[in-house]
Amino acid sequence: MIALKLAYRNLVGAGIRTWLNVFVLSIAYVLIIYFNGLMSGWNREARRDTINWEIANGQYWQKDYDPYDPFSFNDSHSAIPSVFNSKIDEGKIVPILISEATIYPEGRIQSIVLKGISTNQKILKLPTYELNVEIAEIPGIIGKRFSKNTNLKKDDLVTVRWRDANGTFDAAEIRIISVFNCNVPTVDNGQIWIPLDDLQKMKQMPDEATILVNGDELKVNSEIVGWVYKDIEFLVMDITKIIKTKRIGSSFFYIIILALAMLAIFDTQVLSIFKRQKEIGTYVAMGMTRKQVVTLFTVEGAFHAVLAAIVGAIYGIPILAYVAKIGFKIPEGSDDMGLAMADVIYPFFSLMLIVSTIILVFLITTIVSYLPARKISKMEPTDAIKGKIQ
Amino acid sequence: MEQSKIITIKNLVKKFPVGKGFFIALNGINTGFEQGEFAGLVGPSGSGKTTLLNIIGSLDSPSEGSAEVLGYSVGSLTHKQAAMLRRQHIGFIFQTFNLLPVYTVFENIEFPLLLMNMTATERTKAVHDAIEWVGLGDKIKSRPAMLSGGECQRVAIARAMVKKPEIVLADEPTANLDAENSHHILQTMEKLNKELKTTFIFATHDEKVINYLHRKIQLFDGKIAKDELIKSI
Repeated sequence: MIALKLAYRNLVGAGIRTWLNVFVLSIAYVLIIYFNGLMSGWNREARRDTINWEIANGQYWQKDYDPYDPFSFNDSHSAIPSVFNSKIDEGKIVPILISEATIYPEGRIQSIVLKGISTNQKILKLPTYELNVEIAEIPGIIGKRFSKNTNLKKDDLVTVRWRDANGTFDAAEIRIISVFNCNVPTVDNGQIWIPLDDLQKMKQMPDEATILVNGDELKVNSEIVGWVYKDIEFLVMDITKIIKTKRIGSSFFYIIILALAMLAIFDTQVLSIFKRQKEIGTYVAMGMTRKQVVTLFTVEGAFHAVLAAIVGAIYGIPILAYVAKIGFKIPEGSDDMGLAMADVIYPFFSLMLIVSTIILVFLITTIVSYLPARKISKMEPTDAIKGKIQ
Repeated sequence: MEQSKIITIKNLVKKFPVGKGFFIALNGINTGFEQGEFAGLVGPSGSGKTTLLNIIGSLDSPSEGSAEVLGYSVGSLTHKQAAMLRRQHIGFIFQTFNLLPVYTVFENIEFPLLLMNMTATERTKAVHDAIEWVGLGDKIKSRPAMLSGGECQRVAIARAMVKKPEIVLADEPTANLDAENSHHILQTMEKLNKELKTTFIFATHDEKVINYLHRKIQLFDGKIAKDELIKSI
């Protein structure tokens, strides 16, 4: 208790030196919370958008389906199990048939993925209702990224070639009905969404599908022969991993900030031990034990972290609240990250993040303060009183 | 009137390692101090005055022999026990005042009482009493940098006396002061010695201080050359 009281007095009495250190340390607090909040916000948005646009509450995969191997798509299809019929009719499951194909936009050749989906589905956010049109060609919708890459726009016609169930090549014209704006690259890049019935006919695979998207709250049945159930955690695993990697990358930045702040604290502490020798000697002469003096200097150092948390809160809370409200605008050209990234990321500052940051900075500051303070216990009080450098 | 011995020093030797050998700072000191003495260790630089004062103050320990202070054998005290002895029973006054620069006069004087875990009310009363003894009532909120040398030393005296210790050890207390301030603080200490029966032991070679001493112990090359009682208690 006495160490707290004296440390507070010493720090406040030291004036500008204290406040400079406190300010640097407070920047470390705010930056760590900001960057982690940004990553958490991105993670939440990416997860939410991926769930809304692609995976819903989970998926059944045809047993041979491998989303990372487009050459397997032509073989990864099966008849939709009859156990799902009622759920499909109720709109709680949406079947998707996936096929490898080739398009020829502006005379170029480009491999794509054709995805057939029920036009009346409401499970995914995809605007599949736009496919409900009566036209001579096959209606298709594409995402803004694919539109940009292929220069395909609304009402454009594009020739598509595919292989049917017998391996025979066939071709047709797809008219782009609309271009949707979506943050999830995995439903956008290199793919055209067309009505499921059309694709089933094109592929000669009536009533077949590659995946079944579950919009129901509960798993329907995880034991369907020839189908494998993938839950949300599995389906967002890639996002989690990528964001974790990016979090580690960005953490280098705030580690540098934190290291600079710690250097300032360490430097202050080391200088204190030399500059305040007389003071240390006086403390000892007046009856403080060496342990008490070491504790006092350690607490003084650690107090920086407490004051920095207060100072950081004073200017950090309004700034972070404002940033959380207006979000962080992602620069043009940064959206092809391989995972969902909105135009604006809204940082998410959880209580856990704030508390863990405060504890982390406090612990590091205390350790950094204690290390030089240990030197005091080796000082001869008789020399310290005279301020002799030892 | 029979006086009680509060400090007893027997065959005290203090050696400091220098290179491969030793420098003998104190060599066979035998002496003692009674309660209420106003005594001084006098002698030239290097005679061992400060070393003896440090041992009495339990800031240092004897190499040989014994130093018993208020019944405690200084040589056998642990760091913590020595700290407790200083905290409860000994006040220090230094040549360079050694005030805590970021504290006010009040806080500097209050400091020893904080270590003794006194209540805020007790501390405030004791500090005001001490400030009154040294006549610094108008400087209570000043920091040391705003005070003159004489005022700083008066704060140091108040800090040493505020807990009413049995012993006050003053190492060259007037070395940084002019004649007028020196007399002023010596008069203050003499008054406190009379009123509170505190034992004052000085280490000095300042004639102004020597003139105030009731007992003069002359040190030379680590030995007592002369022990002279000028005025009995």
